[in-house]
Amino acid sequence: MTTNQTASHSLVLSRPLPAIYRWLGDKIFLTVAVTLGLSIIFLAGAMAWVLINDGSLAFREFGVIGFLTGTTWDPGVNFTFGALPFIFGTVVTSVVALALAFFPAVAVAIVIAEYAYGWLAKIIETLVHLIAAIPSVVVGIWGIFVFAPWMREKVYMPIFMWAAESQPSLLPILGNPIGYGMTTATIILALMIVPFTTALTRNAIRQVPKEQREAARALGATRWEVIRMAVLPYARGGILAGAILSLGRAVGETMAVAMLIGNKNTFPFSIMGPAATMPSVIINEFREAVGNLHLSSLMAIGLVLFVIAIVVNLIAAYITRKLAITGGQGI
Amino acid sequence: MNINVLFKKKKPKEDKMSPDFQPQEPDLLYREIHMNGSPPIRMEAKNLTVKYGTVTGVKNVSLPVYNEKVTALIGPSGCGKTTFLRALNRMHDLTPNAKVTGEVLLDGNNIYAPRVNPVTIRRKVGMVFQKPTPFPTMSIYDNVVAGLKLVGIRNKAFLNEVCEKALRQAALWDEVKDRLGSPGGSISGGQQQRLSIARALAIEPEVILMDEPTSSLDPLSSSKIEDLINDLKKKYAIVIVTHNMQQAARVSDNTGFFYVGDLVEFGPTDKLFTNPSHKRTEEYLTGKFG
Ligand SMILES: Nc1ncnc2c1ncn2[C@@H]1O[C@H](COP(=O)(O)OP(=O)(O)OP(=O)(O)O)[C@@H](O)[C@H]1O
Ligand SMILES: [Mg+2]
Repeated sequence: MTTNQTASHSLVLSRPLPAIYRWLGDKIFLTVAVTLGLSIIFLAGAMAWVLINDGSLAFREFGVIGFLTGTTWDPGVNFTFGALPFIFGTVVTSVVALALAFFPAVAVAIVIAEYAYGWLAKIIETLVHLIAAIPSVVVGIWGIFVFAPWMREKVYMPIFMWAAESQPSLLPILGNPIGYGMTTATIILALMIVPFTTALTRNAIRQVPKEQREAARALGATRWEVIRMAVLPYARGGILAGAILSLGRAVGETMAVAMLIGNKNTFPFSIMGPAATMPSVIINEFREAVGNLHLSSLMAIGLVLFVIAIVVNLIAAYITRKLAITGGQGI
Repeated sequence: MNINVLFKKKKPKEDKMSPDFQPQEPDLLYREIHMNGSPPIRMEAKNLTVKYGTVTGVKNVSLPVYNEKVTALIGPSGCGKTTFLRALNRMHDLTPNAKVTGEVLLDGNNIYAPRVNPVTIRRKVGMVFQKPTPFPTMSIYDNVVAGLKLVGIRNKAFLNEVCEKALRQAALWDEVKDRLGSPGGSISGGQQQRLSIARALAIEPEVILMDEPTSSLDPLSSSKIEDLINDLKKKYAIVIVTHNMQQAARVSDNTGFFYVGDLVEFGPTDKLFTNPSHKRTEEYLTGKFG
């Protein structure tokens, strides 16, 4: 009643905007939005085209399957290029890094979102964000001067000595205990994606409606039980999507990994010994790439990386949509 | 220093108590007094005040909740009905700035007494919210027995039995008996609300609090829930907040009228609706405000 009156009053008092202006505003906004949107798509398309174009030489030479499954990367003598060692190195380091990072990250996110007092949550959150803000190359330097030597002294050497004495058959699997290698790079990678996974998990947890928590409380759930029965199931889609986006992050992480993985281009890789990933081989070799075929092979690896990144993001988007909760308050 | 100091524990009692702590047996004398003559009182608020920081939600409310009766709470928006209701099962413990003073007696024992575990109280005083709140990823079955699983009951036969009974009580059994395994979020809003009621019934509380349980439902679902309330009151004490005067008149035995945080009037529903003692109540009931 009263709202109707005020509405009609204001209509009388202020002259409405002529329809032409509103129509024009609509059109301008639409044009700008569509132009920007299209130019981003165009940019991505152009990048893909450059990668395909420059990488096509390698694909023609070895065949797509041959290139992807080839285990020899020999730019020096035979000019044979196969990407499998790097695909393998990337997949192993990033999947294991995610596995290492996931549970700690979820735990920290739960503490921030559900347990800690406001100020404590802020401090933890800020610290986690600070880790994320450290430039990759600085993490790499720290890895080279502090972490890798420490790992060599305290972890790799003892294991190596033990194996050398009592289980020599393990030595080839373990590899050289030089400190730079797959394990070192993976642990650093895990450290680097923890903040990312934490932030995404916390966002997912914060989106759980208050009503869900209260419903669990009203059934006599304790704080942890509320998290277990109401919060985590509701947030699972977001948490999973966050994990996959973190995986994408790990796949593309370049600098710190290149500095710590030891950069060995040939199979077989070992647990402690040096290896390589797709980004690390690109960054290490693109400047001194000898000959077109080498450069083209690096471009082809870039294309594979590009495709993996897109696929990972599509999977994350799909999971978010698929596991999005629509029920809970009437459909 | 105790590590708990660092964590969100506005009400440090919560969760700290041993889970098996039970409030003492109801005071026999207390029970006797109310058995004679007046119907037994299941719950009673005494001088209950709830403040959100400096905002007062309800002030100094005293109100009895009789066993096997429906108590309706009515009043204009923002007058403190929800605030009062949530004080009856200690839901305010979860609101950081809410402060409750006064007493709420459940079977004669103050639920705000220092050594009472709110988790136990919430098992005895169940709650149904305005919006249906099934756990959307759990199956219908798991939703119903969620409260039982919390206390470690795993006996399949027993859970099945309770599930069927609760769903029948909530008049939902026939509609979902063939798809107990589908997610709680996959049924209609009205069904979800009855599911929320079934879930509250499954743990066999003593009192059921309902905050506008039909406000988001269509007339048919609403009337089903009203029938259900009539049915349930044979066993439980029920408190229902409603904006619908006809509904209050239809389902309740006693009605309390709230106005800006005060309980203006409380009495038998017929009397309050036909012959209110306060001018404000009359004005509200005749639609002069609100
Ligand atoms: N979490 C909160 N923080 C601060 N103030 C609150 C909070 N919840 C309620 N209030 C205030 O307390 C008063 C009573 O609110 P309450 O929700 O109990 O009203 P209500 O009678 O249930 O209203 P409605 O009929 O609209 O549901 C209002 O002034 C409201 O603004
Ligand atoms: Mg309310």
